[in-house]
Amino acid sequence: MSITVVAAGMLTTVQDLGRHGHAGWGIGAAGAMDPVCLRLANLLVGNAQDAAALEIVLRGPRLRFAADCRIALTGAPIDAHCDGTPVPMWSPFYVPRGAQLSLGNTQHGALAYLAVGGGIATEPVLGSRSIDINAGIGGAALASGDVLSVHGHAARPAAVKWSLDPAPWFDPAAPIRLVAGTHFPRLDTESQHRLFATEFRISSDSNRVGFRLQGEPLALREPLELVSAGVVTGTMQLPPAGAPIVLMAEAPTSGGYPRIAHVIAVDLPSLAQRRPGDRVRFTRISLATAQTRYLERERALSALAQSIQQRLQS
Amino acid sequence: MNFTIEPLGDSALLIYLGERVDIELNRRTLALAAVLRAATLPGVRDIAPAYASICLQYDPAAWDHGGSPFERIRASVSAVVAGTANSDAMPLAAGGDTCVEIPVCYEEPYGPDLDHVAAQAGLGRDAVIARHCEAEYRVAMLGFAPGFPYLLGMDPALNTPRRASPRTRVPAGSVAIGGSQTGVYPRELPGGWHIVGRTPLRLFDPGRDPAALLTAGLRVRFRAIDAAQFARLAQ
Repeated sequence: MSITVVAAGMLTTVQDLGRHGHAGWGIGAAGAMDPVCLRLANLLVGNAQDAAALEIVLRGPRLRFAADCRIALTGAPIDAHCDGTPVPMWSPFYVPRGAQLSLGNTQHGALAYLAVGGGIATEPVLGSRSIDINAGIGGAALASGDVLSVHGHAARPAAVKWSLDPAPWFDPAAPIRLVAGTHFPRLDTESQHRLFATEFRISSDSNRVGFRLQGEPLALREPLELVSAGVVTGTMQLPPAGAPIVLMAEAPTSGGYPRIAHVIAVDLPSLAQRRPGDRVRFTRISLATAQTRYLERERALSALAQSIQQRLQS
Repeated sequence: MNFTIEPLGDSALLIYLGERVDIELNRRTLALAAVLRAATLPGVRDIAPAYASICLQYDPAAWDHGGSPFERIRASVSAVVAGTANSDAMPLAAGGDTCVEIPVCYEEPYGPDLDHVAAQAGLGRDAVIARHCEAEYRVAMLGFAPGFPYLLGMDPALNTPRRASPRTRVPAGSVAIGGSQTGVYPRELPGGWHIVGRTPLRLFDPGRDPAALLTAGLRVRFRAIDAAQFARLAQ
């Protein structure tokens, strides 16, 4: 089975949950910017949660399907039609052989995920199908004319009358919770206050590597010369000019700027869903609470996964 | 061994052996990273050494058995590190005594900043090339881009502060000097180091196994080649 890209959309890439275990060679994980929506889209078509799917930024592609197929769309609400029929989101949907799926613009939020039953079957590189744009690993963003192969999958037409409630899994406006970083105490008192008391905007030069934040600049008490050390997705660095950068899915593996804070894992999807120009406010929580929230989310996702599997089988 | 463990967000931690760029400290860091990899702690996604610290990424759900996941994994990592410190048999860093020779063409147009480095050092071009090739380097860490090696061991006479404004494009294979370090750009990248030459070797190729030519801990030497040899090797 294969999918032909008729039109590529703004920035459509194959993503999974990332390329782990190679950071010691300077190779970052990449993977989906909103890993929860990717996992849910996969669950809705009966795939493993880490299967490869399409990440769609702001404007979607047009795709032709060579065989009957089950698909699911999650993430940012996006105009979607299959040969003229509206395609519901957060629900499994049957696409007949030869049909064309047309995706328009996301209405709010930045990222929609399209999973295909069986999973996208591009050649894995270093254990992942994720396209790491900045590092040039795993290929390039989709272009019209590309043909994507899909793992074998038997889909049968079945009217599905249910969909997931997106509310717990998609909120591109929620405040973002931070845990303090090693160098938070090195911010001057005013900047420590400002990080949580003022509003920032996502700068237009943000991408899958990092989100630059525009706002009142932050400052250290005194300059800090650091030896390069590890950084991860969610790390908030402070370059000398005072505009913080949150490292995103294509985070480098090391950095030398002060690490003032970290976005908690549970809130990375909400940050990733923001568009350039969108506002963001930060609140502070303890590491113990952040990890409790993470464990709660994983338990909720496990329960949801079971319930989806039961509904797909009935 | 003195060390500290600090959280790096809610799904990673940093093990610090120091805050200096130092070959001996780096050797111990790389050896400890190898010990931690061999310890196969549950839920560990990645272990990456830097100059004097190790970044360990983990899944908090694998440490969810009462108590904070961070405190629990910190205790386990501390036990591994402390056990290593008590042993005299600190393993050699990856690569051991292997030395990788990197051919470099220092001629025009491959080394546009060689004259600047020479002027800064008060040396002639040939003397800079000789000193760059005489030294034996250690790969302290890989970072910045896949397969980019930070090499320690450069002759201090060649130290050159970074460019005031970075180039937007440094060609793949460029051999460059930044401060007291030297390195090789695995692909075309922006960069603020001074370019002194170019190697025809591919330092990173995702389709090759291993993808990265170099690993932290390896010894490296540069060998000067002329433009004709460069052209031959680049084929």
